[in-house]
Amino acid sequence: MAADNSALPERKGFLGWLNKRLPVDAFMRDQLTGYYAPKNFNFWYFFGVLSLVALVLQLVTGIFLTMHYKVGEATAFDSVQYIMREVPSGDLIRYMHSTGASAFFIVVYLHMFRAFLYGSYKGPRELLWLFGMMVYLALMAEAFMGYVLPWGNMSFWGAQVIVNLFGTVPVIGPGLVEWIRGDYGIADATLNRFFSLHVVAVPLVLLLLVTLHLVALRQNGSNNPDGIEIKEKKGPDGKPLDGIPFHPYYTVKDLVGVGVFLTLFAVVMFFIPEFFGLFLEGPNFEPANALSTPEHIAPVWYFTPFYAILRAVPDQRMGALLMALSIVCFIVLPWLDRSKVKSTRYRPLTWKIALTVFVVSFIALGYLGLKPAEGTYVFLARLFTALYFAFFVLMPFYTRGESAARVPERVTYSSH
Amino acid sequence: MSDIAAPANAEVDQDRRGFLIFATAATGAIGAGFATVPFIASWNPSERARAAGLPVEVDLSKIEPGQMLTIPYRKKPMYIVHRTPEMVASLAGHDRELKDAVSADSEQPEYAKNAARAAREEFLVVEGTCTHLGCLPKARFEKALPELGADWPGGFFCPCHGSKFDLAGRVFNGSPASQNLRIPLYSFRDDKTLVIGVDATTGAA
Repeated sequence: MAADNSALPERKGFLGWLNKRLPVDAFMRDQLTGYYAPKNFNFWYFFGVLSLVALVLQLVTGIFLTMHYKVGEATAFDSVQYIMREVPSGDLIRYMHSTGASAFFIVVYLHMFRAFLYGSYKGPRELLWLFGMMVYLALMAEAFMGYVLPWGNMSFWGAQVIVNLFGTVPVIGPGLVEWIRGDYGIADATLNRFFSLHVVAVPLVLLLLVTLHLVALRQNGSNNPDGIEIKEKKGPDGKPLDGIPFHPYYTVKDLVGVGVFLTLFAVVMFFIPEFFGLFLEGPNFEPANALSTPEHIAPVWYFTPFYAILRAVPDQRMGALLMALSIVCFIVLPWLDRSKVKSTRYRPLTWKIALTVFVVSFIALGYLGLKPAEGTYVFLARLFTALYFAFFVLMPFYTRGESAARVPERVTYSSH
Repeated sequence: MSDIAAPANAEVDQDRRGFLIFATAATGAIGAGFATVPFIASWNPSERARAAGLPVEVDLSKIEPGQMLTIPYRKKPMYIVHRTPEMVASLAGHDRELKDAVSADSEQPEYAKNAARAAREEFLVVEGTCTHLGCLPKARFEKALPELGADWPGGFFCPCHGSKFDLAGRVFNGSPASQNLRIPLYSFRDDKTLVIGVDATTGAA
């Protein structure tokens, strides 16, 4: 955004040589020191950079795990035990990776909630939101396939249940499932292709999408808790009056957030890496067994809201369809929300109630997805599924004609 | 280079240029489309997996009446039960307690869509995976087993979530499963040989 054409420093010697060949100074100016971000960022603005930290963490730990992991039906489970017991610090690296997966989803969900809270998906940032959603979809694929690799019993049966969902596609379903598995059941061929996708293909796609997400962010700049465009109020020097240079102000602020995040991360990684069966599930400490199903097949916590929706429907095909639609709702969000006001701060009570209902439903579905689909749990899952969809489907109606009267001209900000 | 003058715009045949651009792009796109074929094809079951999934023959003379044999076929256990006349008789009389007595919503070949769910009523051939969540139902052939009730006619019981099936793999009311046990394609080569995986009517594998 805010094109800063301030002169670049005169460089001599090596830096002069370098800048003539690579625009280091210009890049620093355009992306950091001359990139103006709103000065009223709050707590919720930590989670973008924390997602990047989590991505780097997963890439680095993943590379090291790949050095010891042996893909294959006969070797996968044992090689994970080998990493856990015999590779020096192998258990730490593996726990970093497994805790990192859950941490990644925690910060991504909070990052997404921020967008709901302040209308960050609204114009002119719809494409930014779409790239973010593509990152989210790629991340779900990455996490699912990564969960299969240790070849524990929950890996196996989780893969069985998820891959069988593709069998509900009309006409081509059964053939599609066979094509995905590469065999008549979840087998060696399935494990091998998931490994290839998990360590090579999806990470490449993720990096590309994250880059596009950042480039699209730079095009219009960050939204902020007041949901107003800082570019519309510029000083005589052409710089936004409500903006401050990203570096050093936000780089330093973000470093504090990263420090707190890594502290919490270390506590979980060192002391409660299984996180009460939520990050690493009990049945996965047993090798994959095609002849023995775990008592309750439940995915890892970050998929459970969607799993609860799947099971809330008595018909398998309708359930799969509804689960797919529950994610499509997120994607089309910028076009469902008709309000001209971005930030919840200046939106009416109807919106605040709707958003609360949605957040409660999402968390409740997440809890129900971990529970067996029996009795009251089924009733509750149906109730919250209905509320979840009501939030999105009714949105064009309850957000229409919201007044922008209360939106301020400038961001609200008080220095401490 | 300087002696080659760029043609003035008037001299450029825009139609020709447009056609050439379109033709080049279309050829490239079609080529790229064909280039994906080997990659997509590589995900299909390999020759080795296909060979391991070929039809299997079962010698029926080795199964005594009242006995069950489990044969793996395409990564799934297949149950073959040699039903005695009493076992066949036990199938009648409890239609009202079944979710799908006539197998209208269940998966089976046409020749097994009857009361006995079999091409030959003395032999039941079913896939031994529960239609609920894929656990393995256990054989409980004795009548009136204490844990299954005095009116238990004999059948299969799934230990995971308690689905009950009769001796034709038909699911009882009150089970979490809603479909009868699946029946694979099968045929008889001769009186004593069962072939799982070859359809009795079409002969297709």
